[in-house]
Amino acid sequence: MTLFLLRRLLQTVNVLFIMSLLVFVGIYAVGNPLDMLVDPQATRADVARVAAALGLDQPVWVQYGRFLANALRGDLGNSFLHGTPALQLILQRLPATLELAVSALLIAVLLGIPLGLWAGLRPDSASGKTIMAGSILGFSLPTFWVGLMLIMVFSVYLGWLPSGGRGPTREVLGMHWSLLGAEGWRHVLLPALNLALFKLALVIRLTQSGTREALLQDYVRFARAKGLAPRRIVGVHVLKNIMIPVITVVGLEFGTLIAFSVVTESIFAWPGIGKLLLDSITLLDRPVVVAYLLLIVLIYTLISLVVDVLYAALDPRVRLAGGQAA
Amino acid sequence: MPQHTSSPRRSPRLPRLLLGALLAGALLPAWAADLRIGLSSDVTSLDPHFVNIAPNIAFSDHIFDTLVKSDAKGKLVPGLAESWRALSPTTWEFKLRQGVVFSDGTPLTAEDVVFSLDRPATIQNSPGPFTSYTNQIVKKEAIDAHTVHLHTASAYGPLPLDLISIYVVSKKAAENATTEDFNTGKALIGTGPFKFAAFRKGESIEVTRNERHWGKRPEWDKVSFRILASGAPRLSALLAGDVDVIENVPAADLARLKTNSQVTLAQHTTWRTLFWQLDQFRDQSPFVTDHAGKPLDKNPLKDLRVRQAISKAINRQALVDRSLEGLAVPASNINAPGIFGYNDAIKVDAYDPEGARKLLAEAGYPDGFSLTIHGTNNRYINDEQVVQTVAQFLNRVGIRTKVDTQPVATYFGKARAHEYSFALLGWGSLAADFTLRSIAGTPNPDTGWGTWNWGKYSNPKVDELVAGALAAVEPAERERLAREAAGVALTDLAVIPSHHQLATWALRKGFAYDGRIDEFTFAHEIRSVR
Repeated sequence: MTLFLLRRLLQTVNVLFIMSLLVFVGIYAVGNPLDMLVDPQATRADVARVAAALGLDQPVWVQYGRFLANALRGDLGNSFLHGTPALQLILQRLPATLELAVSALLIAVLLGIPLGLWAGLRPDSASGKTIMAGSILGFSLPTFWVGLMLIMVFSVYLGWLPSGGRGPTREVLGMHWSLLGAEGWRHVLLPALNLALFKLALVIRLTQSGTREALLQDYVRFARAKGLAPRRIVGVHVLKNIMIPVITVVGLEFGTLIAFSVVTESIFAWPGIGKLLLDSITLLDRPVVVAYLLLIVLIYTLISLVVDVLYAALDPRVRLAGGQAA
Repeated sequence: MPQHTSSPRRSPRLPRLLLGALLAGALLPAWAADLRIGLSSDVTSLDPHFVNIAPNIAFSDHIFDTLVKSDAKGKLVPGLAESWRALSPTTWEFKLRQGVVFSDGTPLTAEDVVFSLDRPATIQNSPGPFTSYTNQIVKKEAIDAHTVHLHTASAYGPLPLDLISIYVVSKKAAENATTEDFNTGKALIGTGPFKFAAFRKGESIEVTRNERHWGKRPEWDKVSFRILASGAPRLSALLAGDVDVIENVPAADLARLKTNSQVTLAQHTTWRTLFWQLDQFRDQSPFVTDHAGKPLDKNPLKDLRVRQAISKAINRQALVDRSLEGLAVPASNINAPGIFGYNDAIKVDAYDPEGARKLLAEAGYPDGFSLTIHGTNNRYINDEQVVQTVAQFLNRVGIRTKVDTQPVATYFGKARAHEYSFALLGWGSLAADFTLRSIAGTPNPDTGWGTWNWGKYSNPKVDELVAGALAAVEPAERERLAREAAGVALTDLAVIPSHHQLATWALRKGFAYDGRIDEFTFAHEIRSVR
């Protein structure tokens, strides 16, 4: 186990290093932020002063070297546009994205597993067929369109829910959270539903096919033959066995929920990190883009680590050995 | 998307009727005193001297004042300075308004003004400093509490214009303040119509009325700004009643909004003028070839007749009506009408494809040539369509034109490196001599001339007139020279003017705004109407 964790840690550091290099060189190639930001009437002296202050007068490898040296000390640089540390800027917005992603995940899991189970147990019933047909819609409708429709119906026509934004926040542990009050839940409902739709469809289909497969397995037949109550067969034997693929997928999808909530965030004016990333890319705010992507890589690796550990807990056959870790 | 014309909002109706009947008198004033605005770009910092970008400046104007202000039409009007005049070509005297106090109660003095003019040069790590507006001042003197003398190294006429960009902060509050102190509101002490209440970065800003403000009292007790960067959510926030006013209405939705009785639109011609910059310095331009794709032996864009032919080939009225959906007016100048130095003797070039072909033949290109034109696809109103439309017009007169559009982040860098032959640029400025210096002045990075002259146009006569205008401290003389310079540059087609953009605001019923030439959304200029 320790060896497994160590190995994982080393891999993470490697990935972070490669990622930082790719992103840094990539965004360097896109354009020079000075062209976007320095006053057009500025003289050469002015431009040179700004370039020197921001370190943009150096060749790219010197800039990267400086970045790396600072990063090792935990300093990912200051946002050009905001004038505050890039990491702090992202961490300030992270709670908003986390709240959105967790809410979406809860919707996907709490609705998806029961619905998928139902459809798996009664594949030929009208309700089962309806669920499966509905899940196809969840896959195929584009997020931005569904988001706009949700706003049109629930905010513009009915006026039940706010059209966007996050509602009032409360400070806990130095971060601002909105889901501590009813107003926050009103605000998160539409964007979370929008973000959850695709994952919901995914969970339904995974659970449904897993259930159908499990029902044909020998252990289910034996359990039936033994006279176990159907409730126990489904609740313990079937459910536990179909959870492994579901957990894998949900775990990885949680990463994408955080990293790619951009569309939902911009439709619902949700002040999360996705929106920050978009703004930063358009204005070439290099430090923020680099810091953001590094953070996402870190989150991804952590999530897959958690998934691996959960695996071992669910399936005793899986061992977190040093050599052949999953 | 479904139609959303005059849908009944906010059920249920019965309680609403009751409320309306019983409490209208009591509720209306409270409702009317709050204003919620949806902004289209993020305010990155509340420090008014940190970075020179439009959203930050627009916000600063609510909290702070400048010595000289520009009104909605772009004319200079007194701000904190009651009057100003040039004592000599290099010395300006600004007389401060009497009895102005900051929102914390301390009176405004010449010390605060001098401090505010010094401050932009002390800001560290700003990617877009305000120093280009203060560089000209070599010495600042507080003569008495209400008189400031500013000295420039050489005669410099646009000094009052420069000062509309420098906000006056309280020396007491800002002296040792960091950017963070501004964002928390601690150092955000100004003389403007509002004072700071709350800031949630990337999300919202709230301000309340500054009862100590010297000028016209704004109608609103409280104003909240929400950052709604994408067009569709901004519009839906307005339709859902979550905000009262939005700026930068998405062009595609305008036609439908016009039929919505719950919404009124406000439009204003803006300073943003779009024009084409042509390579006028290379003998062989990279994107100009013969029809077989081989380089030409000389650069046709250097020939005035070719430039005239191109200008005549563009049907600006059709461009504006179709590709821009009426959100622009055809341009003859590189500044909007009414702006200092606008030359109204120059008329919009009439659409004349026959004349264009004749001119091309005269210049030795009876069969035209091949050209790739460049533009942005995320910067100006319908910019990609504009580039495509102009390519079609050029095709009609025999110039086989290809189109390449890019996001502005990559486009500007390449354009500034003079990589293109024929490229679109939009420019907003409140004085023609300023625009000409940057766009048509012979490039000289040391002096800041021709910094955005992508085609490296160079004409000694224009340079001389612009230099004369910039050195004229007498406004009438300066305007005469600026107008003449514009006339010379435009007759020579230093650039080919295309159109002036309009800006559009959408307001819920009960609110009114006249719009501004500088595209800013000012809460203190929004009114309630019955």
